[in-house]
Amino acid sequence: MNCFDLNQQSVRELNQALHNLAKATPETAAEKFEVLNARGAHALACGINSSVDVVIKDHVGYYCAGMHQCGNVTVEGNAGVGVAENMMSGVVRVQGNASQAAGATAHGGLLVVEGDAAARCGISLKGADIVVKGNVGHMSCFMAQAGTLVVCGDAGDNLGDSLYEAHIYVQGEVKSLGTACVEKPMRSEHLEALEVLLHRADSDANPLGFKRYGTDRSLYNFHIDNAQL
Amino acid sequence: MTTEQPGLKESATFDRDTLAEIDRAATTGIYDIRGFGAKRKVPHFDDLLFLGASMSRYPLEGYRETCATDVVLGKRFAKKPLHLDIPVTIAGMSFGALSGPAKEALGRGANAMGTSTTTGDGGMTPEERGHSKTLVYQYLPSRYGMNPNDLRKADAIEIVLGQGAKPGGGGMLMGQKITDRVAAMRTLPKGVDQRSACRHPDWTGPDDLKIKVEELREITDWQIPIFMKVGATRTYYDVKLAVKAGADVIVVDGMQGGTAATQEVFIEHVGIPTLAAIPQAVQALQEMGMHRKVQLIVSGGIRNGADVAKCMAMGADAVSIGTAALVALGCNHQKFSAAYRKLGSAAGFYDDYQEGRCPAGISTQDPELMASFDPVLGGRRLANYLQCIVLEAQTIARACGKSHLHNLEPEDLVALSVEAAAMARVPLAGTQWIPGKSL
Repeated sequence: MNCFDLNQQSVRELNQALHNLAKATPETAAEKFEVLNARGAHALACGINSSVDVVIKDHVGYYCAGMHQCGNVTVEGNAGVGVAENMMSGVVRVQGNASQAAGATAHGGLLVVEGDAAARCGISLKGADIVVKGNVGHMSCFMAQAGTLVVCGDAGDNLGDSLYEAHIYVQGEVKSLGTACVEKPMRSEHLEALEVLLHRADSDANPLGFKRYGTDRSLYNFHIDNAQL
Repeated sequence: MTTEQPGLKESATFDRDTLAEIDRAATTGIYDIRGFGAKRKVPHFDDLLFLGASMSRYPLEGYRETCATDVVLGKRFAKKPLHLDIPVTIAGMSFGALSGPAKEALGRGANAMGTSTTTGDGGMTPEERGHSKTLVYQYLPSRYGMNPNDLRKADAIEIVLGQGAKPGGGGMLMGQKITDRVAAMRTLPKGVDQRSACRHPDWTGPDDLKIKVEELREITDWQIPIFMKVGATRTYYDVKLAVKAGADVIVVDGMQGGTAATQEVFIEHVGIPTLAAIPQAVQALQEMGMHRKVQLIVSGGIRNGADVAKCMAMGADAVSIGTAALVALGCNHQKFSAAYRKLGSAAGFYDDYQEGRCPAGISTQDPELMASFDPVLGGRRLANYLQCIVLEAQTIARACGKSHLHNLEPEDLVALSVEAAAMARVPLAGTQWIPGKSL
């Protein structure tokens, strides 16, 4: 276990130590890091590219675990804007609440928010899975292209606005749907996929209690008339 | 007024171009989308002249004496700033908008002259990385193809906040150009009219941007420079905020800057001319004590060595070219006249880059059209063009007595029109008068 006390060491030293793991051999790369006294620092544990386990025993600021690959990051507190933004793989877990743009543009991996996530959760999502055990704010999954957002609580206004092919499951109320986002039938394959995802997120929610939302593809192409004289 | 026959009077307000556009709008019900940059005439570098040396200034021998052209970009924070041999870089143009061979040619030409190329929306291709010795990786609102592995391979990052052709607008890539590969790179269904977001998804203002910069520096271990690109509008304020947010280099793109696909109304009616933007940017940098510490790259309508020299004289550290580079590769060449006619256009006028039917094989993803483009020849042509415009800029600089392009200064310039004098903040030719400044 490597213990980084940010009262004694800098964010730069922490991130450099984490990045150096990517240059190690696969056998030696797997390590555990514990981070103390983060106190809302920004850009913590971003750019990880190894199978390291990082536990941050505090709240974190913006862009924690940004562009994350391979490893696991657990935040034992709340997370600021853009947690796990552009994540490629691995797992990021926020035990508290997450601020805006959680999992923005994430391509792969799993983001779990045990509490609530604020506005624009999963904005421009590109393939990652996000499970929010509480509520999500407005414009979540805006322009989301691929991947899945699971909301065990309620969703705010304009859910899935301008959606491409991402999947959205909501157990609670949806305040309003955005343009081109519609409710879709929940078939068996969706229930199975949702069950797997809930299991990965350590959630005991029942997939049968969720509704599914997706794109009506009405924004996919410009409508061009041909009213020639 | 131009008329088809004597006695017929054309309206200046409703001229034939306007009538054609109204007819097109009535037929289709959608705004005109096209490539290229602004086609309207605005005050530009042609409205400036250099004051060559005479009695009061001492020129350098035009064919012999050294006039250096090198530039270092990004030395404010980055451990590895870019060292370029010439101050002319290749602007961001995406794979998707451009064909793979065209991107390769840009890399070859830039390598030959010791300068950089830039990716574009949609990410970095292995071919592009392989053919560009110095590659700037754009970080765009869409984040299409954004990948930390590619980020680490980049020589610099360019955070795109706007583009001269469409400040405040997002990008477009029409369905015809979304091939299997482009779709996969952008994680989009094939054939959709893809619209890139106009604002970044995970920050909303300059204070947030400062933290975003910190994140990108942390991910890349503070090794590579971070550029910020803005479309020219409120340039004075944008540049100040970019410096405050931690930019190493600022790219200001004027309204004549090109695009692969944008609404015509946007291209022609939003943004300010490049000429007007440069003094604003330089003033902002000077007031912050950051001129020459944060480098300024100017783009938007750079065509020849005189334009390069004028930008440098006004305070730029380097320029960037896009449209001119494509023309050097063969875009709009007379050789393709017959093919352009078949598309309802003509050589010299073709701007439908969004349709993906470029006869030159440049702004297309069609395998047959691409096959007609030779990236080796294209690279040679681009290198020749770059060499030519740098020689031209050196010629002017020597005539002004400057041993480095960076030594050109506003004092070397005069303006031909009141408008250009006011925008460029140099005297009207033959006077001491700069509009807005007391004598």
